[in-house]
Amino acid sequence: MNTEMVKPRIAVHKFSSCDGCQLAFLNAGPALLELAELTDIVYFAEAGSLEREVEIDIAFVEGSISTPQDLTRIKAIRENSAYLITIGACATTGGLQGLRNLYASNTRDWTGAIYARPEFIETLDESQPVSSHVKVDLELWGCPVSTQQIMTALRALLFGVTPGDDRDKICMECKRRHNVCVLITKAAPCMGPVTRTGCGAICPAYGRDCYACYGPAENINAEALATCFEGLGLLPQDIARRFHFINCNAPNFKQAGTIWRNKS
Amino acid sequence: MNNPYLPWEAEVVERVQESASIVTLRIRFTDPAIRRRYRFDVGQFNMVYLYGVGEIPVSIVSDPQDEQLLDHIVRAIGRVTRALVTLKQGDRLGIRGPYGRGWPLHEAVGKDVVLITGGLGCAPVMSVINFIVKRREHFGKLTILQGVKHANDLIWRTQYERWAMLPNTQVLLAADVAGPQWQYLVGKATILLDRAVLDATNSIAMMCGPEIMMQACVTELLQRGFNPESLWLSMERNMQCAVKHCGHCQYGPHFVCQNGPVFQYPEIDELFGHKGF
Amino acid sequence: MTRGTLLNLPHAALGSLLAVLRQQGYNCIGPVVRDGAIVYRRVHHVSDLPYGWHDEQMPGTYRLERSNSPRAFSWAVGPEALKPLNFASGETLWRAERNHEGQIQFEETLPAAQPTAVIGVRACDLAALQLQDQHFLDGPYRDPYYAARREQLFLVAVHCTHPADTCFCASTGDGPQAEYGFDIEMYESEAGFLVAPGSAAGEAIVGELQLSKSNDSQRAIAEEEVRQAARKQTRTLPSQNLRDKLLASLDHPHWQEVAKRCLSCGNCSSVCPTCFCHTEHDNPALDGRTTEHVREWSSCFTAEHGDISGKPIRVQTHLRYRQWLTHKLGSWHDQYGRSGCVGCGRCITWCPVGIDITKEAAAIYEAQLS
Repeated sequence: MNTEMVKPRIAVHKFSSCDGCQLAFLNAGPALLELAELTDIVYFAEAGSLEREVEIDIAFVEGSISTPQDLTRIKAIRENSAYLITIGACATTGGLQGLRNLYASNTRDWTGAIYARPEFIETLDESQPVSSHVKVDLELWGCPVSTQQIMTALRALLFGVTPGDDRDKICMECKRRHNVCVLITKAAPCMGPVTRTGCGAICPAYGRDCYACYGPAENINAEALATCFEGLGLLPQDIARRFHFINCNAPNFKQAGTIWRNKS
Repeated sequence: MNNPYLPWEAEVVERVQESASIVTLRIRFTDPAIRRRYRFDVGQFNMVYLYGVGEIPVSIVSDPQDEQLLDHIVRAIGRVTRALVTLKQGDRLGIRGPYGRGWPLHEAVGKDVVLITGGLGCAPVMSVINFIVKRREHFGKLTILQGVKHANDLIWRTQYERWAMLPNTQVLLAADVAGPQWQYLVGKATILLDRAVLDATNSIAMMCGPEIMMQACVTELLQRGFNPESLWLSMERNMQCAVKHCGHCQYGPHFVCQNGPVFQYPEIDELFGHKGF
Repeated sequence: MTRGTLLNLPHAALGSLLAVLRQQGYNCIGPVVRDGAIVYRRVHHVSDLPYGWHDEQMPGTYRLERSNSPRAFSWAVGPEALKPLNFASGETLWRAERNHEGQIQFEETLPAAQPTAVIGVRACDLAALQLQDQHFLDGPYRDPYYAARREQLFLVAVHCTHPADTCFCASTGDGPQAEYGFDIEMYESEAGFLVAPGSAAGEAIVGELQLSKSNDSQRAIAEEEVRQAARKQTRTLPSQNLRDKLLASLDHPHWQEVAKRCLSCGNCSSVCPTCFCHTEHDNPALDGRTTEHVREWSSCFTAEHGDISGKPIRVQTHLRYRQWLTHKLGSWHDQYGRSGCVGCGRCITWCPVGIDITKEAAAIYEAQLS
């Protein structure tokens, strides 16, 4: 079809992260072969492709910005990339390592507590989302993101269309899967009512409560859910930890967690 | 099989760039049998399907007696429309329709017709203007009022000027913010009503545009003695199925895709102007 | 069809009903205990049924417990029943294929529905089914996906004797006695069932069973038990028609009060047996040569529901809750000649924060009177 883009050049970059989101590419199976047909994968360290300094059309970025080197590198990547997509909680909100922004008193203390020779550690004071430093065109939430999220976004871009952004609560997906609600039947402190859809409601499907790895949904009422958890018997610090977890630096999770942390 | 959800293939025969963000797509069904069978009323809409992306409602602005082409004016504003305006001649898409209730043109015969549009949401009213202009002798005085935010938003300026030359026709244009070349009025759409000479007893008013503008116009027209039954409004709501199933377009008791998009004012006055419906 | 004589079906003979249904080609679905709730799933054997199980429901809470009761139907409705059987929570409506010349071919993907018998349907769910039928089948456009599955349904009603704390079907006039819409009706007692066909299809099945006739006193006892179930219900709606009251109270401060508690998670609308809203989107294959146009359950509690070209008309929660309630108890009357609520109480039980439709409606209704 003539409206199809010419083969776009793509890159997959890694910053402070566990590499898990890149597996959404490597675990794609046959779709990975198709992806290689449809695009030119010019940089993907985990898959061995290392052409780094070239202009590219779509950059996927995993990981948070937590060192001075990260900062320099993300700016260079932004300059070389027409469209930049963050993949996963680290790149999108600063990730689990962002807990140090909230709970460590200062950088010297925590590096000293962890490393034998902290003077060799060069770090920023906070673990930050990519969007704190450069313009992000699309955020794919999740810890980790799924193959489907990446392929859906890529397909939309290949069609020349802005990828969709489903910000509904995961409860919608959970009910479509006919899961029995764990909050109602087991008094489990499920984060579903404040969490963004995208995972397919995996945890409730296996009988456990959602822990919000996809971050906040649109129009959440964190206070009402926290009050509900209190009614289920959770202590204030436990409620705080439900919000201060993988996406602790997403503004409304950060705020909700801090309110309950201050109550404990 | 009669599946109301299934689109028919159609192709873009011509693409007219109307402004930086507005394009008219002249479309026809690829199957001649569907082309022969398909009929619509002025003010009805089609669901236009962009391959692999989705469907959106678009009003049909061509003349219902033109059996060759269906004209759709598309403004690049959302996910689908931004891609639709890039379609080229020969590109294929999907069409199903027509849907909804159109403008009350039978009722307008013999009466003065007041057409009010605001902002860029003028596509549904363009179909009425085109229809009446072609059959000028069947209608009384024609008053065309168009308000825009910025002078630059006014497209089809030469068309308005042509219409202004027609017998027994008044065309009034206003912009909230005038540009250097703007020789028309400056202000909100209601300023147009102040200048229009209208016969409240024998007129029918049809309007389309932002609800806040239509609200102001309804208030003004009622004050000037218009019968509520003589006011007709085109409403816009989210539409996904267009066959009264998906529930998105509900406006109180109405399904806009079926009971509308054109409503007689008393049908909707209970909720009109209430935020959130 | 007039109500005929009730026939005796001992507990031990329930299996023969299932056997006859299966023989006639029906796939049998019925209540089973799964993941801490009573839900409708495939029933392979009568022992799959929830013998002795009872539910305890409250706003935001559902628990199961077990006794030695010989009954299989002493529970009130769980999170879902008939809705997903007809109105699928997600399905492909059609597929499209685009060739190298750019030509598009559309192909509908109607479901291949099997004859399905549902055992143990409640009155509230039959009332809800009638409302969904009105919506999907009776309008100017018949929904072929819903219709394909609906036409294959065979419904065995069991009159409800165990309403939950959250039930209020007596107040909406939809239960606990099932009055219409079933192929077979059954009363359950300690000894077994009293059975009568409700349709020609039901008669054909019951006829195969060769059951003895019951006597008048058996019927009287059974009916009294159902009447008692109505009396046990404590929740009520202030009126069966709240349309004008609600629409006259659009600026009532109580909407904001509910919004403080409401999570706008949409669980109430997902479990509601009459809610019909759904969204549509495309799922293209990665190579772009084919695509599927799918629909799935949506809700007026999402931003997407009121979206006009990227601008949602209901951003705040109080507007979403008001849309839901004024439609369910208000404009539904204009659309379908009655309220859209059948009193099943699901929206109360399955709301994580226990928002109670009867209380919220009453708060607005009473304030309006004063």
